[in-house]
Order: sequence, then C-alpha cells, then structure tokens
Amino acid sequence: MQIDNNQLLRLATAGSVDDGKSTLIGRLLYDSKSIFEDQIAAIENTSKKKGYDGVDLALFTDGLRDEREQGITIDVAYRYFTTPKRKFIIADTPGHIQYTRNMVTGASTANVAIILIDARKGVIEQTKRHSYIASLLQIPHVIVCVNKMDLVEYSEEVFNNIVSDYESFSSKLLIKDVRFIPISALVGDNVVNASEQMPWFKGSPLLNTLETMHISSDNNKIDARFAVQTVLRPQKDEFIDYRGYAGRILSGIYRKGDNVTILPSGFTSKIKTIDFYDQSLEEAFAPMSVSITLEDDIDISRGDMIVKTNNSPEPSQEFDAMICWLNNKQAQPRAKYSILHTSNEQKAMIKDVVYKVNINTYERNEEDKDFQMNDIGRVKLRTTKPLMIDSYRDNRLTGSFILIDEGTNETVAAGMII
Amino acid sequence: MSKYYLNYLDELEAEAIFILREVWAQFQNPVILFSGGKDSIVVTHLAKKAFYPSSIPFPLMHIDTGHNFPETMKFRDDLIEELGVGLIVGSVQESIDQGRVAEEKGKNASRNALQTTTLLDAIETNKIDCAIGGGRRDEEKARAKERFFSHRDDFGQWDPKNQRPELWNLLNGKHFQGEHFRAFPISNWTELDVWNYIKRENIAIPSLYFAHEREVVWRNDAWIPNSEFLKLEENEKIEFKKIRFRTLGDITITGGIESDADTLHKIVEEVATMRLTERGNRADDKRSESAMEDRKRQGYF
Repeated sequence: MQIDNNQLLRLATAGSVDDGKSTLIGRLLYDSKSIFEDQIAAIENTSKKKGYDGVDLALFTDGLRDEREQGITIDVAYRYFTTPKRKFIIADTPGHIQYTRNMVTGASTANVAIILIDARKGVIEQTKRHSYIASLLQIPHVIVCVNKMDLVEYSEEVFNNIVSDYESFSSKLLIKDVRFIPISALVGDNVVNASEQMPWFKGSPLLNTLETMHISSDNNKIDARFAVQTVLRPQKDEFIDYRGYAGRILSGIYRKGDNVTILPSGFTSKIKTIDFYDQSLEEAFAPMSVSITLEDDIDISRGDMIVKTNNSPEPSQEFDAMICWLNNKQAQPRAKYSILHTSNEQKAMIKDVVYKVNINTYERNEEDKDFQMNDIGRVKLRTTKPLMIDSYRDNRLTGSFILIDEGTNETVAAGMII
Repeated sequence: MSKYYLNYLDELEAEAIFILREVWAQFQNPVILFSGGKDSIVVTHLAKKAFYPSSIPFPLMHIDTGHNFPETMKFRDDLIEELGVGLIVGSVQESIDQGRVAEEKGKNASRNALQTTTLLDAIETNKIDCAIGGGRRDEEKARAKERFFSHRDDFGQWDPKNQRPELWNLLNGKHFQGEHFRAFPISNWTELDVWNYIKRENIAIPSLYFAHEREVVWRNDAWIPNSEFLKLEENEKIEFKKIRFRTLGDITITGGIESDADTLHKIVEEVATMRLTERGNRADDKRSESAMEDRKRQGYF
C-alpha cells in the first residue's frame, strides 16, 4: 500500500438507544470491512446469549462491561476505520441530556457531526440539542441522516418535510455546512451503497460524502498561532547553542524569516529555522509539531506564544465565554479555578453567570445562576494574568480552555471564548 | 504550489509528538513502558523525533516477566545503547521471590497477570508520575475508552467510569502525591497505521515480527512457540512451521500466525487484508469477555 495523501477525518456521532446510531456505526464498519472475524464471532456469541435473532450490529460500539450489561453507551468511545480514500476516527457518544458533557467532549475535535433523525418521528428535542452542540462547538460540517426510511416506505415527501423543518429551526444556529441524506442503517440504504429504493435522492451515500468532502480548510490557516510546549536545549557539543521552541502549530502558516512577536513579553525577532527532527523546513502549518529557533536570544518558556508581528491575538484578563459544566460538583461563583488555555496555565474566577441556555429550546435563563453538570451558558471570567485569546468562532484552539478544580484536580468545565 | 494539509500518518505523528512533549512538560519523572513490542518501539521512535536534537529526556522501563523471547532482550539492549537513554527493569521473578505474587498453576499458566504488581511496585519505587505506553484504542474494547492522559489513583487503579474529559488539545495531568498517569500517544493509531509508519520511517523491529521457521505447538487457536517454559500436554505435538508474530508478549502466551511475510512490505500487505484482530492470538485476552477491562482496572498496561 502506498503512503499517500489520504487525510484523517474526525467524526462525532451522538444518539440515544433507539435512534439507530450504533447500528449506523456498525453498518459503516461492517460494510467497509473494518470489523474482524473474531470481533464478529464475539458479537454473535453475545447476541445469542441475550436472545437476539441474528447479529446486533450495535454491540460493536459498546465498550465497557457496565455498558454491555445495561445496553447503553455512557462515555465517549473511539472507533476507527479506513477506506482507500480516508482514515476515519469516530467519537461515539450517548445522546441523552445527562450525557451532554460527553457530546461536547466528542464534538471538540470533530470535522463532521452526524445527526440522526428517525424518519417516523421527524425533528425532536434531541435533534435540536445535538444541533445546538454542533453549532456551539463549531463543528465545520453537519450531516443530517434521516434514518429508518424503510419504515416510511422510502417516502420522498417525508424526507422533504424533515429537511424543511430542520432548515427552519437551524437557521438560528451557526452551522456553516449542512447536508441531508435519507438512509436505512438497518438495511444499508445510502450508508455505503446507494439505495435502489430511493431513486429520487440525487445526492451521494453517507460514506462517499465523508470520503470526498473538503476538510482542508477546517483548520484556520490565516492567523498564525504557536504555543510553546517546552524548550529544547540539547546537552551535546554539536548543538551547544541550539535553543528550540517545541510546540504544535495551532493555526496558520509559519515561514523561515517571518517577523514574529513573543507574547506576553512583546519582544520581536525573526524565525531562523523551523525544525522537524533532523530536517529544516522552509514553512510549516497547522497541525504540525515542530521546533522553532529565532535569530535573537530571548527568554521564552512554556505558555508563551509566538505569533506573526502583524497578526496578534488579544491579551485579555477579562472576557466572556460559553461554558459547559462537566463535573458533579456544581460551579462555585467567585471560587478560584486553574485555567488551561493552549499551553498556558493561570488561575481564573467565574465573576458572573450571564445566562444559562436550555439546549432543547434555545431559551436563555438569566435567573438561575447555578451551573450543574451538563449545564451550558455564558459567564464572565477573570484571570490572574492575561491570556492570548482569540474568539472561538475564529480559532477553535486559541479560543478554547478548560477549568480545573484545584481541590480535586478534575477537569470541571470546557469553555469557548466569545 | 504547496499543499497545506497533512496526510493521516503525518497528522497522527504530529499528535503523538504533541502528547509526548506535554508529558515532558507536565510531569517530573516520566518513563516509556518498553516491552520490546512494535508499539513501544514506535513510541520510542516518536520520542526520539519529539525531542531532537536533545536525547530522549526520560528512561525506558521494562517489566520483565522472565519469560522473554531472547530476541526481544537483545533488541532492547541494542536500542538503549543506540539512543543513550536509561533503562529501569522491574522483575516479575523478584516479585515472586519476595512473595509479592504467586505463580499461576496449570497448563495455561502465565505471568501476564503478575506483571501488574511488578509494574505498580516499579512505578512506586522509582517515583514515576507518568508511564507512557503504546496502547491503542483499536486493540480492544476497554482500550477504546482510554484517554491520552489516563489517571491512576494511589493504588494504581483505573476508574473507567470516572475519567477526566479530554477536549480539544488540552491535557490535564494534574495529580496528587502517590497518584500517577498513563499516557498513550498512539491512542488513535490502528495496527495498520503502525505498520505503515514502521515501513515509512524504516524503524528497526525484532526479527520475530517477520516470517521465520520455528518450533511451535497448536494451542488455543494459535501457534505457541516452543521454549523452556512450555509444558506439552498429551495429544499436543511440536511442529516446525513458518510463522510470524503480530504482537509480542510473554513467550508462553504469544501465539504466532502462519505467514510468508518476511519483509515490511509484505507485512503491510498482509495486515491490510487480515481478518482477525491482532490480539485474537493472545491467550490473555481470551479468558473472559471483559478480561482486558478487569486487568486494566487493577493497573495493567
């Protein structure tokens, strides 16, 4: 097999027990021949024990023992499959409201969200909830799969009505690219193979859509942002003067000779080399992990950011953000949390709750200020030192942060800067 | 005109390097868990690239069951010398001698489960706060839920239902005294990705991965290699077969497959068309439906 230009596509799916999500993933894996015979044998065995007829495709996506026993998915499970065109990572999460935090987690790195609608039920609360999360997390592409078309006689009218319902409520959201596909995960229509039952549908089946959609522009290539993870100072004679700033390019493109500014100090310099292992590169772009050396000797350490001199983020100590609360212990107003933003760690305080959002109805509540697990809303934050922030809408990696409880060390909130 | 996107292998590599550098930045005393298997060799190779031109800034740690393939041990020692990194060895034999664990009895006895105690002891004795492993989420269903940074309590235990959420590229390695982390930089790689990468980077791996002739016995649907530890049952017989190993573990339980793949190119082709998971030949995973999850909860790799 050739090492080729095949890209990696990260997919997020969310769904509840009966909407066929696990069956859809099972179908994708099965029809793309990504399931091994011993896995099939194990699943057949379990299906038989549980008294099912045939193979329950959904079992492929259920990981831990408790879940297998209870028949539910409770965390984020990752699945992998490869076709001749792309490698796929599926972040599979449960769809109930009490698992909002898991959906947010799975969505945070996704290129594409798949939203499933049961053709018999149409747009329901859960559809709105999942779409809200896709919009909040700024997943670049959304594919709405209208599933169980076999149970509505493959009706074009049913499909068109659902599309139009979806279009009308989702116009309030910020979803840039949305497509609709009528499918039957159980029977296999329009998942991998085009459906013979729905000649009226002119679009591509799901897999082909995933294999061909344009994702190269999903990373921000305009605003160059590089957060220093660690400094490389080799104790070797031949590299005695080497001082490399190791990190991952979060967004944008860097070239040798670029004029750069170091934040927060504000010192300026020029890029001397961009190194990747023993190669010296002319240019590098997100999401590459490289090591940058500069023309001038400047004191730079972890948490600092190297940006182009003509394009800087905003150093801010007070800002508004949407947060999702991830922890059992509710948010403590005015308590101190650690905040991790890029490679920079500071302390932060929630100064005020502006509103909470009912993610089923999109209504704002300005009265209830208690942030419990799974709550989403807008807050005002203050940090002990300035962070170099962009808005999440412009830049997913410099616009996001997590809050950490100093008493338990647990990650308690995910934040998106407005 | 240049392209401004990475292919999937470059993206996986960039992600793994990012994670290795986070480990170095967030922990005081990390190690790479080195088994001599291809996954830990790939992690070590990635660490070499992540910190170049510096040497890998932390040692390798080998949990030695005493039931090793001789090839693996030589490979380990050569690699240590080439990289100029330290080696910590945790010995299962010592754990047995000290009475910390008791040897399993019977035909399928193995030292696999005993490793957990030795591993946790070695972590504690050496004050290790992060052990980097080559675990991949595609290997096994309990591993599919692992985090890049996976928390272990002060008993070394994993609580899969109470894991820290991991969002974007923000990794939280904060821990209290006595607790430690496991880090899995190649979580998102599949077996085929690993082989494609070994081929592309031309990484040296033990000869056991290539098809070779050797004495074996058919047991639990796999070819188990003959060794000084093998006890032959009635109606079992030693045969001479051309085989290769898809994973390397304890010599007593690692089964080989019949194969003619004696080059990296042929292995990649073989893996691409393979219809069984690689752990399908590992007797340790076959003990029960949740064998891996149970071992992982207690602190296994």
